[in-house]
Amino acid sequence: MPPLLEVRALHTEFRTGAGLVRAVDGISYTVEAGETVAIVGESGSGKSVGALSILRLIPDPPGRITGGEILFDGKDLRRLTEPEMREIRGRDIGMVFQEPMTSLNPVLTIARQITETLEQHQGADRDTAERRALELLEMVGIADPARRLKQYPHQLSGGMRQRVMIAVALACNPKLIIADEPTTALDVTIQAQILELMKSLTVRLGVAQIIITHNLGVVARYASRVNVMYAGRIVEAGSAEAIYHNPRHPYTMALLKSVPRLDQPRRARLDPVEGQPPDLTRLDGGCAFRPRCRFAVEQCAQAQPPLAPAGEPGHLSACFRSAELAVLQDVAA
Amino acid sequence: MNAPIAERPLVEVRGLAMHFPISEGIVITRKIGAVKAVDGIDFAIKRGETLGLVGESGCGKTTTGRCILRLEKPTAGEILFDGQDVNRMERRDLVALRRRMQVIFQDPYSSLNPRMKVGDIIGEPIKVHGVEPDARRRRDKVRELLSVCGLDPKFSDRYPHEMSGGQRQRVGIARALALDPEFIVCDEAVSALDVSIQAQVVNLLEDLRERFGLTYLFIAHDLSVVRHLCQRVAVMYLGRIVEMADSDELFDNPMHPYTQALLSAVPIPDPRVEAARAFQPTRGEVPSPINPPSGCVFHPRCPMAVDGCKQARPVLRELRPRHWVACSEVNG
Repeated sequence: MPPLLEVRALHTEFRTGAGLVRAVDGISYTVEAGETVAIVGESGSGKSVGALSILRLIPDPPGRITGGEILFDGKDLRRLTEPEMREIRGRDIGMVFQEPMTSLNPVLTIARQITETLEQHQGADRDTAERRALELLEMVGIADPARRLKQYPHQLSGGMRQRVMIAVALACNPKLIIADEPTTALDVTIQAQILELMKSLTVRLGVAQIIITHNLGVVARYASRVNVMYAGRIVEAGSAEAIYHNPRHPYTMALLKSVPRLDQPRRARLDPVEGQPPDLTRLDGGCAFRPRCRFAVEQCAQAQPPLAPAGEPGHLSACFRSAELAVLQDVAA
Repeated sequence: MNAPIAERPLVEVRGLAMHFPISEGIVITRKIGAVKAVDGIDFAIKRGETLGLVGESGCGKTTTGRCILRLEKPTAGEILFDGQDVNRMERRDLVALRRRMQVIFQDPYSSLNPRMKVGDIIGEPIKVHGVEPDARRRRDKVRELLSVCGLDPKFSDRYPHEMSGGQRQRVGIARALALDPEFIVCDEAVSALDVSIQAQVVNLLEDLRERFGLTYLFIAHDLSVVRHLCQRVAVMYLGRIVEMADSDELFDNPMHPYTQALLSAVPIPDPRVEAARAFQPTRGEVPSPINPPSGCVFHPRCPMAVDGCKQARPVLRELRPRHWVACSEVNG
């Protein structure tokens, strides 16, 4: 059976004052039905642009999807007309964004935010839609849902707004939910509630999830597979277990080492990733991580290393030295 | 009356409360309530110590920092800096005080003037306070500050937008250091930075603390960074301190149910550890500080709450050495 989503060599560019930015520079990955895949990266790594490209939500100009295929449920989303695409968004693919205040319509009641989707996509009549809205609010754990349905987004707390977003995303029984930093704007205890909710609902309803985040802890808690992005490319991909316990890309290794951990003894000093994030307008033909990499060799300046098998089946790394890294790491440490 | 200098804390906060009034009406306004941002807290920071102030949004940690810096006038309580009450200072003393305490903000994008060159941003406090009237010597000082903060001195001629987030935060730190302060309030100083840059700035803050003997109040919501950087930590919830202890003690042996909830909510970047953890998120949300719950403010969300928690406000008790907990249900 083909995967639910297959992204092949996706390219998205932005024309900016400073020059052409290849925000997403040829990424390929798959998402199987029902699984949770994380896309991890720092600001500017292309993780959000990659996800918005799947939904074809890149503002043009300045942005443009310039290459690749997005195969979802047997269809290439790039070949669909805009009305066909609109059918997919919100029905087959649900979305949850970072800031629920800006993604909910401030002048519509909570009921309307949900019933609109249902009427649009499923041709539901008003009564059916409203009953379903009530059901959805109960499902996402909102207390006193009948009262909340009549309220407006500003009357809800951040955590509750994010619950509403999840209800909207789940309204039409989607096959996939794309969640872009869904809990970054929330407090720790609320973040934990929302992530638990998303996990239990996606498992129960069999919905696949793409979680886009910079938080390595969130990934470890919720994702089965991980794609690590740097400067518009996937530099490492594999199971969460492989990525965290047997990383084969210097960026992933450095990133994991740089974060202080509550479950480990306090270290005398943190081990940062040295240097600055890449300037995407000034990339040359070599590996973008090269200037910050302690394992860089001459070859790294010549060509971009391709994403190639490393370690266990399904584990990929875009590093010329991925095979040696396990040994090199011990020497360096 | 005064304790000997050596033992006297650099910063002492006594019974601090900050209630922001809520008023109604445009022409004739009347007060209809108050946001109890900070509601009676006490702590002290020794010279050279880093105290972490943690809690979720709205717990009052930032307001506490602003009160210490005298950017807010508190409703009640005293703030002593080196033994002097900052709220009773004359203007002249206040100017001197401002040199001794500085602040580093969260967002290096909005706390640096986009129209000023980096050199002028850092040099301005030196000029304003008349520390170095000579322009050339001031430039030298700025270059030195830049290199102390790990930036190339030629960044002097650049504008903030030409720099990355991490570099901008280093500029913010250089500016805070410009007047050789003793005390710096770091308000979410590394929260907006990318993971790979965060560790660089944390290390820089540690280096500077050692090099210049700085005292920090480190306000943050990221508990792992706080544990790394702070010697002592106070946990705030809804305007009150619920627990305070030495950092290792607090993280190894959290006693207040809220601290325990906070710690268990932080996901550990390791799938094996996460798979082995039985995780139960804390129910409910942070109540409004306009109308906080009676008694212990955490009782509506607390798994240990009993009837008594709704009535009496628990006081901080020292349940283990130097470990203070405001909960009537836990015992050392």
